[in-house]
Amino acid sequence: MFGMVRLYPFCFGTLVALFGFTGASQAADVPPGTKLHPVQNLVIGNGAEPSTLDPAKVQGRPESNLTVELFEGLVSQDANGKVVPGVAEKWESKEGGKVWIFTLRKNAKWSDGSPVTAQDFEYAFKRNVDPKTASDYSWYLGKASNVQNGIAIVEGKKPPSELGVKALNDTTLQITLEKPVAYLVSTLIHGSLMPVPKKVVEKFGDKWTDPANIVSNGPYKLSERIVNERIVMVRNPYYWNNAKTVIEQVTVLPINNQSAEYQRYRANAMDVTTDGGVPSEQVAQIRKEVPNELTLWPQLGTYYYTYNIKVKPFDDVRVRRALSLAINRDVITKQILSTGEVSAYSMTPAIADGYQAVRHDWEALSQAQREGEAKKLLTEAGYGPGKPLKFQLLYNTNEQHKKIALAVVSMWKRIGPVEVELVNQEWKTFLDTRNRGDFEVTRGAWIADYNEASSMIDLYHSKHGSNDGKYSNPAYDEVIDKAKVTLDPAERLKLYQDAERILAQDFPALFLYHYSNRRMIKPWVKGYGRNPQGRIQARDLYIVAH
Amino acid sequence: MLKFILRRIFLEAIPTLLVLVTVTFFLIRLAPGGPFSSEMNVPPEVKAAIEAKYQLDQPMSVQYLNYLTDLARGDLGPSFKYKDFTVNELVNKAIPVSFKLGIVAFLIALVVGVSAGVAAALRQNTWIDYSVMGVAMIGVVLPNFVLAPMLALIFAVWFKILPAGGWEGGQIQFMVLPVAVLCKHYISVIARITRGSMIEVLGSPFIRTARAKGLPMHYILRRHALKPAMLPVVSYLGPAFVGVITGSVVVETFFGIPGIGQLFINGALNRDYSMVLGLTILIGALMITFNAVVDILYGYIDPRIRIK
Repeated sequence: MFGMVRLYPFCFGTLVALFGFTGASQAADVPPGTKLHPVQNLVIGNGAEPSTLDPAKVQGRPESNLTVELFEGLVSQDANGKVVPGVAEKWESKEGGKVWIFTLRKNAKWSDGSPVTAQDFEYAFKRNVDPKTASDYSWYLGKASNVQNGIAIVEGKKPPSELGVKALNDTTLQITLEKPVAYLVSTLIHGSLMPVPKKVVEKFGDKWTDPANIVSNGPYKLSERIVNERIVMVRNPYYWNNAKTVIEQVTVLPINNQSAEYQRYRANAMDVTTDGGVPSEQVAQIRKEVPNELTLWPQLGTYYYTYNIKVKPFDDVRVRRALSLAINRDVITKQILSTGEVSAYSMTPAIADGYQAVRHDWEALSQAQREGEAKKLLTEAGYGPGKPLKFQLLYNTNEQHKKIALAVVSMWKRIGPVEVELVNQEWKTFLDTRNRGDFEVTRGAWIADYNEASSMIDLYHSKHGSNDGKYSNPAYDEVIDKAKVTLDPAERLKLYQDAERILAQDFPALFLYHYSNRRMIKPWVKGYGRNPQGRIQARDLYIVAH
Repeated sequence: MLKFILRRIFLEAIPTLLVLVTVTFFLIRLAPGGPFSSEMNVPPEVKAAIEAKYQLDQPMSVQYLNYLTDLARGDLGPSFKYKDFTVNELVNKAIPVSFKLGIVAFLIALVVGVSAGVAAALRQNTWIDYSVMGVAMIGVVLPNFVLAPMLALIFAVWFKILPAGGWEGGQIQFMVLPVAVLCKHYISVIARITRGSMIEVLGSPFIRTARAKGLPMHYILRRHALKPAMLPVVSYLGPAFVGVITGSVVVETFFGIPGIGQLFINGALNRDYSMVLGLTILIGALMITFNAVVDILYGYIDPRIRIK
């Protein structure tokens, strides 16, 4: 999406950023001569039962996976995660990136045949921020997209009608921002920002997502939903790009047990497992038996340990730095995990759109040199024989997390007398403990909401809700705040890199690895790409004869 | 009989359920983490709006009274996790599934378990006895989370003769593996109880008298031994029936069956307060009912403890 903005100088009062088609599209691109299977039914895993199909109440991946099949937002993503036009066929920004005008395609229709209008988006966005809707992502339009009054409405200081979103006519939507944001369009791919049919929502209330009631505007419409068994979607004949869609029916299985899911996959009852649906204990066997079906590609997410800056000894940067330097990440990514993960030295993965990773000075050192420096730092901080460094490491109960923790602890022991007590807690208990700040070092993970560095690096802003270690550095906040409103991509990149350099000085966390997307995909499924956010959309896929 | 039922309902069932509701209501709220805590820490205003929608912002006593009022009307409230449904809707959809699965497994367990137990008792200390008891011992110690993947691997992946999971409205081929896993434990327990009590009955004086009269063994068994030998089995059947219906968490999760077990485990993990409460009440009520049924059955088997 940056490609689009980058083309235009920002010195003009008005700038136009029309999307140029580059061959990528939101449809199945079947190469000529391909022999398709006579039955185009796809069975795909979802990892969990979605808590809702209402876009406004989306909580995470299990819900977003479905809202993007059933609905289509202003913009969409192609198979590789690149932002492409959705219901909006083009857009332009005015007033230096503060006002955005989206032109909707005239042939966009709801599954009942009525046209999708700008008013539908205005209604959906205002409903999303309305405290009465009680949306988990109500903050998103205000905080991530910077839409005018978004935050004030969520805080109850202004009515939802004041949101900076306005339908100028049936096919023109104007979005006004608090401050200019160059990457606005990237943020709009979020699963919570889908249009909703006002008439249906108001008529049926909480029951509007029932298969009997729901009206949607995406490539698929809901035909059946059995909680904890399956969700079945069929083609929406009114979808504007229906002619280019190949998969007829999508069955989504909410299986949260990976080995159960893999068993179904092996029994040919599924075509694609959920994201992450590769049972770690069976990876070796999978590599031997069906290596071509093990599909791995990098993800926009990071696995890390957060230091609680507010408690001793983690108020001392030397301790944080020593513990961070001591870890040989490659042992974890290549020997323990070995499913496409990338060793992490920074928060933001190098694959973020328009981003280039910085290489920190200590990255260039050999592991022996790093350990040497870590030893020195620990001694300087006053730890040594007779005075061991003692602390607890908190993580949520899970075999994988335990393996990683044990490896990390053994590496820490190499740099001096470090005594670590491993504490594992059940998921919700763990979240509660972590949110209360009742930890010394804790496991953490962050997956980007949208494909732009800010979605990752914003985490260490002192005001960020998930800044668990309460790291606070005014210089860092300033760089981040400035980056968000910097329109020039090159300049913004420099600011993000500066921010990463500050993190590499302060070590608020120990970044371990960047996640990978991991799925099992049957050889007859084609058309998927490498979306860094892991999304696989049925409308891009097709099944070849087998 | 009517007096017995009324006494059971008003003096036992309702007070027991009330205690159960009260304890569960407060205990689940004391568990760390709430239904709306997530990896992403939402701003406090957002959390407040969500809690207000589900009335979690009100004092505990008000929430409790509201819950009891709704409960008296049969309303179990909205699910905190599955926001498109109420607990009643979800439970109503899941009950027939769990009952179908449970009753089939229960009947098979009863028939196979009792037959195996009787056979072992009649041929005490022979290879029949040893093999029945050996298999039963394996059945008790082999956990479902091992057996389920094993059966799926053999029958679904290797031989491809049965599905590895799914329910499809309870079609027979989808029921075979879950039923097999689910009834395994109960067959074993019933066989062991039956064997023990049958051996005891067969050794009692009235059976010896019958044998001395020259009655054939199958007649003695049917006419004199089976009824008294069933007493301990029947007392186990009440809780076993409820367990087989509601306790199939592993089976339902592994085979992807949309029943009560999956609702319960997800409800507990997600701190879906209303779901956990609703299911606790359901299971409590079932338990009380089937214990009463067992008490009535006792009377038919043994006139000495017939209800007055």
